[in-house]
Amino acid sequence: MDKLQIATPEIFLLAATCAVLIVGLFAQARSNTVYWLSQLTLVITLGLSLLQIGDESATGLSGAYTMDILSVSLKNWILVIAIGIFLYSRDYIGNRKIARSEYFVLGLFAVSGMMIMTSATHMLTVYLGLELLALSQYAMVALHRDNGEASEAAMKYFVLGALASGMLLYGMSMIYGATGSLNLSVIGDILAGNAQNLTDARTIGARFGLTFLIVGIAFKLGAVPFHMWVPDVYDGAPTSVTMFISTAPKIAAFAMLIRLLVGGLETLNADWQQMLAILSALSMVLGNLVAIAQNNIKRMLAYSTISHVGFLLMGIVGVTSAGYSAAMFYAITYAFTTLAAFGVLLAVSREGFEADQLTDLAGLGRRHALLATVMLLAMISLAGVPPAVGFYAKLTVLESAVNAGFTWLALLGVFTSVVGAFYYLRIIKIMFFDEPVDSTEVSPAGDVTAALALNGLAVIGLGLAPGLVMSACIAAFA
Amino acid sequence: MTFELFVFYFFAAIMVFAAARVITAKNPVHAALFLVLTFFTCAGIWLLLEAEFLAITLVLVYVGAVMVLFLFVVMMLDVNVVPLREGFVAYLPVGILVGLIMLLEMVFLLTQKYFRAEQFPVPARAPADAMGNTESLGRLLYSEYLFQFEIAAIILLVAIVAAIALTMRRRPHTKYQKPAQQIDVRKQDRLRIVKMPAEKRTS
Repeated sequence: MDKLQIATPEIFLLAATCAVLIVGLFAQARSNTVYWLSQLTLVITLGLSLLQIGDESATGLSGAYTMDILSVSLKNWILVIAIGIFLYSRDYIGNRKIARSEYFVLGLFAVSGMMIMTSATHMLTVYLGLELLALSQYAMVALHRDNGEASEAAMKYFVLGALASGMLLYGMSMIYGATGSLNLSVIGDILAGNAQNLTDARTIGARFGLTFLIVGIAFKLGAVPFHMWVPDVYDGAPTSVTMFISTAPKIAAFAMLIRLLVGGLETLNADWQQMLAILSALSMVLGNLVAIAQNNIKRMLAYSTISHVGFLLMGIVGVTSAGYSAAMFYAITYAFTTLAAFGVLLAVSREGFEADQLTDLAGLGRRHALLATVMLLAMISLAGVPPAVGFYAKLTVLESAVNAGFTWLALLGVFTSVVGAFYYLRIIKIMFFDEPVDSTEVSPAGDVTAALALNGLAVIGLGLAPGLVMSACIAAFA
Repeated sequence: MTFELFVFYFFAAIMVFAAARVITAKNPVHAALFLVLTFFTCAGIWLLLEAEFLAITLVLVYVGAVMVLFLFVVMMLDVNVVPLREGFVAYLPVGILVGLIMLLEMVFLLTQKYFRAEQFPVPARAPADAMGNTESLGRLLYSEYLFQFEIAAIILLVAIVAAIALTMRRRPHTKYQKPAQQIDVRKQDRLRIVKMPAEKRTS
């Protein structure tokens, strides 16, 4: 055990979460004590993590944990997004019979799992971080106990997630058998030493394991053909949990992908490149085509997630550092754009009413102009219309794919994006040109409105000045 | 035959016999008890392999906890085994076929270049005064893998929180004990002394 200080944010977060858990036992059911404590915990953790910016990269804790530009900037974004998630979901879960303190405590545990995943350089740490995240998520999906759909979604998520973890573990054990190490940098060195001899027993074992590793990662990301759980879970889970699942964990899954494939198995890139290219192509096509047919916004956003995962993978396919940073930018911007979209859905929902059908948004432009504008910005960003940030994200990913010689994949990405633009623009049409079906006043809390406005501003502002985030993404892979 | 080899054959014979009885015993309680015997002899063989930590864990966890729980379930459920055995002969050919295929696969795999016995030399015998593997595991777990150990502990905590959050309900009709009230009770609250004249026994 050395250099314990590189894990300071995680150590603080875990200790504080245990404290919040105990306070939650004694807090009044209707009070916001646990909420404010959770936010305070996240803010302090964010502060500790921000302090690490500019520190020299270091690997410690017996080689299991690393602190570099990649992990620090991803952690900061995960924490910022988690603060947004808690803020947006506060009133939603307060209005429903969802165990409040457990929701926030499990959320904090999930955040620590994600932070561990971004920093892990040891397969055991990667796996444990992933399980910490996944277990918290399964429970969060099921927290709305009186809702049959939520229980069904949780069951599906749990069973398929366990299967995916099994695949991932099997792949890891094969790679361990082939190389004799769980430490990703050691694995990288051993495989690089055997690079010339592709039929060598070690390399074959590692390639065999790699296949299972990719199946596991694709499950967690929700890439086709391992996407089956995504629509059902997004639809069945309470909207606040759907928001949680679809935002920050994507950043963590991206980090896991980079740590395992680029950090450990980069020598085998000829193998994983092809697999990822197929996953990417299938995800973009299926995600965008099926999303058109959805009337339920949560299902629609689920298929939209699948297509965006395809885009994210396209950045990694090229095996260039420009592509990796493009994919990182894509993951971050996707997360906070989706956060804005779900934030609006939560603000429109009220006690006893779930905004999850497309028609529920009809006439939102007249009912609450600010929310409608934020939704508009999120939608044009997801569609990839300039000047929103989604345009720049798509552009850099496509550029890296073309430069790496994957022109066919880039073309496919462009075509499917055009198809996808239809369903994003349809939401805008429904919000601004359809007559309101429901005339109940939409009145989110003041801080939620302010945060949503800020979130919308970020979507457009980072589109105009992408360098603010992109510089960190480039530095992470320099 | 060395003593060690004798011990190995002794345990192995009991294990094979017990394993066979697990699937042939008519009474599910007997089958479960034979499974305990299988685990026990297996632990003995692991001890011979100098894997004392695994052997102890097998006895403590499987025999001590899992099988006891299993026995409880079997005894509580009162399973009727007769319907379970119907169609045994009809399924037998398929079962034999599947078993044969698995056997062939194992033989095929173990005779391959990478998995043949000569790829795995017999490890040197540990000297008598060497650190046991319980101690080495403990040292690794609490030094090099301390961080992972702590995360695993947190995962268990999450499991506890999740299980309680998902199953604990406050039902209105549940009867709770209130120790404060119980202690506060005085004789006058519960006991009524009725004075009445004594009566003669009528026998």
